[in-house]
Amino acid sequence: MSSYNLTHLKELESEAIFILREVAAQFEKPVMLFSGGKDSIIMFHLARKAFHPGKIPFPLMHVDTGHNFPETIEFRDKLMVETGETLIVKYVKDSIDKGTAVEETGINASRNGLQTVTLLEGLEEGKYDCAMGGARRDEEKARAKERFFSHRDEFGQWDPKNQRPELWNLFNGRKKMGEHFRIFPISNWTEMDVWQYILQENIELPSLYFSHKREVINRDGVLLGKCDYIALKDTEKWEERTIRCRTIGDMTCTGVAESDADTLEKIIEEVATTRFTERGGRADDKRSEAAMEDRKKEGYF
Amino acid sequence: MRETKGYLDMELLRFTTAGSVDDGKSTLIGRLLYDSKAIFEDQMELLEETSNQRGEEGVNLALLTDGLRAEREQGITIDVAYRYFATPKRKFIIADTPGHIQYTRNMVTGASTANLALLLVDARHGVIEQTKRHAFIASLLQIPHIAVCINKMDLVGHSQKAFEKIKSEFEGFASKLEIKDVHFIPISALNGDNVVDRSKNMNWYEGSTLMHLLENIHIGSDQNHVDCRFPIQYVVRPQSPEFPDYRGYAGRIEGGVFKPGDQVTVLPSGFISKIKSIDTFNGEVTEAFSPMSVCITLEDNIDISRGDMLVRENNKPTVEQDIDVMICWMNEKKMIVGGKYTVRHTSQTARCIIKEVKYKMDINSLHRNEEDREIGLNDIGRITIRTTKPLFFDSYTRNRNTGSIVLVDEATNETVAAGMII
Ligand SMILES: Nc1nc2c(ncn2[C@@H]2O[C@H](COP(=O)(O)OP(=O)(O)OP(=O)(O)O)[C@@H](O)[C@H]2O)c(=O)[nH]1
Ligand SMILES: [Mg+2]
Repeated sequence: MSSYNLTHLKELESEAIFILREVAAQFEKPVMLFSGGKDSIIMFHLARKAFHPGKIPFPLMHVDTGHNFPETIEFRDKLMVETGETLIVKYVKDSIDKGTAVEETGINASRNGLQTVTLLEGLEEGKYDCAMGGARRDEEKARAKERFFSHRDEFGQWDPKNQRPELWNLFNGRKKMGEHFRIFPISNWTEMDVWQYILQENIELPSLYFSHKREVINRDGVLLGKCDYIALKDTEKWEERTIRCRTIGDMTCTGVAESDADTLEKIIEEVATTRFTERGGRADDKRSEAAMEDRKKEGYF
Repeated sequence: MRETKGYLDMELLRFTTAGSVDDGKSTLIGRLLYDSKAIFEDQMELLEETSNQRGEEGVNLALLTDGLRAEREQGITIDVAYRYFATPKRKFIIADTPGHIQYTRNMVTGASTANLALLLVDARHGVIEQTKRHAFIASLLQIPHIAVCINKMDLVGHSQKAFEKIKSEFEGFASKLEIKDVHFIPISALNGDNVVDRSKNMNWYEGSTLMHLLENIHIGSDQNHVDCRFPIQYVVRPQSPEFPDYRGYAGRIEGGVFKPGDQVTVLPSGFISKIKSIDTFNGEVTEAFSPMSVCITLEDNIDISRGDMLVRENNKPTVEQDIDVMICWMNEKKMIVGGKYTVRHTSQTARCIIKEVKYKMDINSLHRNEEDREIGLNDIGRITIRTTKPLFFDSYTRNRNTGSIVLVDEATNETVAAGMII
């Protein structure tokens, strides 16, 4: 490579930083969604880089279903203490108690869909005009279609058939009162880029991503970790396996994978050779062919 | 063929598809990913299942990018899909764009950041109006490399004659365009001929396969490293006990190379200062070039804000309020001469008035139409605008980053046009 070429990781980093700064400049009250997963952690790291040596000029918001892996919450709280940044937590339980969200029942009950309600309430309450998310286009086919600056109407809905043109790096964040934007600074990153970047930057992650022993059940081909929120069928019982998480979401719907990868190098090796997508283990995406598109239209991340 | 070692210093190639509806763009991308083993098993299972349900023969690889419900119902691409893959040589970002004229704006969206365009032509139909429109847009956008993929060779008996005929047809048209680097490849996206693997049906073809071209085409010189341009995006002022007086100018280098100690001129004020440091989270750097995002501090305390630009005294951009632009109109509402729009350019936002339309392009003949100057959806034309304050710009041919604008409708807030400064 010539001396004036960036590696692709540097180019992706520069693109994400550019977008984060554009958000800070174009919006009055942005907020960054933070789930405690690797994509959120990367986005947070990029935000610290973008405004260094200043602080991040917007708060973070976690929509907490109450069904998280305890390791995620522990990690999240420690990270905020260490960096001195601000995190707001919105609880799905509060929406359920208020009656704006209704708890699902049955064996596969999940609070995943209810997050949308709490998220929209949280955005409205805080009068946020823009929410940044760590979604990547390589995760899912509806996400592959989304713009960096994704416009939402006053109900938070996405209209995939009528997205604004997005040219070069000239982002248009203009909107009417009550409308807002979802912005995805790491749209162009793949799972592999994320892991390589974590290695390159030496970024700390929740222990869940590394191989460990855990009690699990196998439900329809998806391994679910033991927790109080999963009711067992008669035929099911917890058994110990050596696993790690490829993505982190709710314990009720995040499939874990059997793996011995206990270092970043081994994880990268594993990601390079795997024959399955990262979200292949997510029960929330498996509900129907267009599950993600439908959830996004309603205002999901 | 998926990435493993050496990944930390790979180059990035962004490419886009182009060409008329049904010429096989999405199928080609599916084929490219499939043959380079970049499709996962669960994705493949879903594709098989969906293809089956739709009663199709075999697996419809276009479904890999046509991910929206409406696209699958109609069997066409509506909006750009982004796909990613890597080989040991390069990492690729693909924008698969729609061919239907109604969605030209989405094609322009995908093409605006590309280094290379795959322009598909159906071997049975040859070069048609939409092929010309997309070739013209690609040349306007100054996409440095174009690979004309003459597709569906299986339907014309893999005939060299058919290939040569379309090739010369395209060359005839392209001679009137500014396209720097053109390649022609006969392919069958459906069967995979000359996509990743060399075709056994076209021994007469001696050129490279599409994959070979993508992996080896030289892309190093696509950025401008000559004219120093640093638009200020955001001012970093921590005002913290640790950094009480720090004032840094955050932005991305849009041209040239900057170094600490360099003398710089601030536009529009004209003040001259020196670069004190170029900061990043990982420490100071000794030089910064396009497209790096950095934070620059100056020796002197001068008033600088978003929209200002750091340049060199002896190499300034044009500073003007009357600007000639080639425009692609992207909205159902026609352009209004005398109308006011918001203009976005680098980190600047201004208002502008459309002063006049010089001509509208006739896509088929590439003639300048000076009679009919009405610019509506999907039209391309040359116009003059006057901005409320001077913009600091270069011609688009000289620098894509400082030569591009978009227009925004002030009533609907929609992005209505893409403009390339002449
Ligand atoms: N016989 C043959 N058919 C092909 C080939 N490539 C594509 N097709 C068929 O052409 C039709 C259109 O293919 P698509 O890939 O959807 O076309 P497209 O260019 O993406 O269309 P839009 O995105 O809507 O503009 C499909 O039925 C394909 O199976 C080929 O090489 N040979
Ligand atoms: Mg298509």
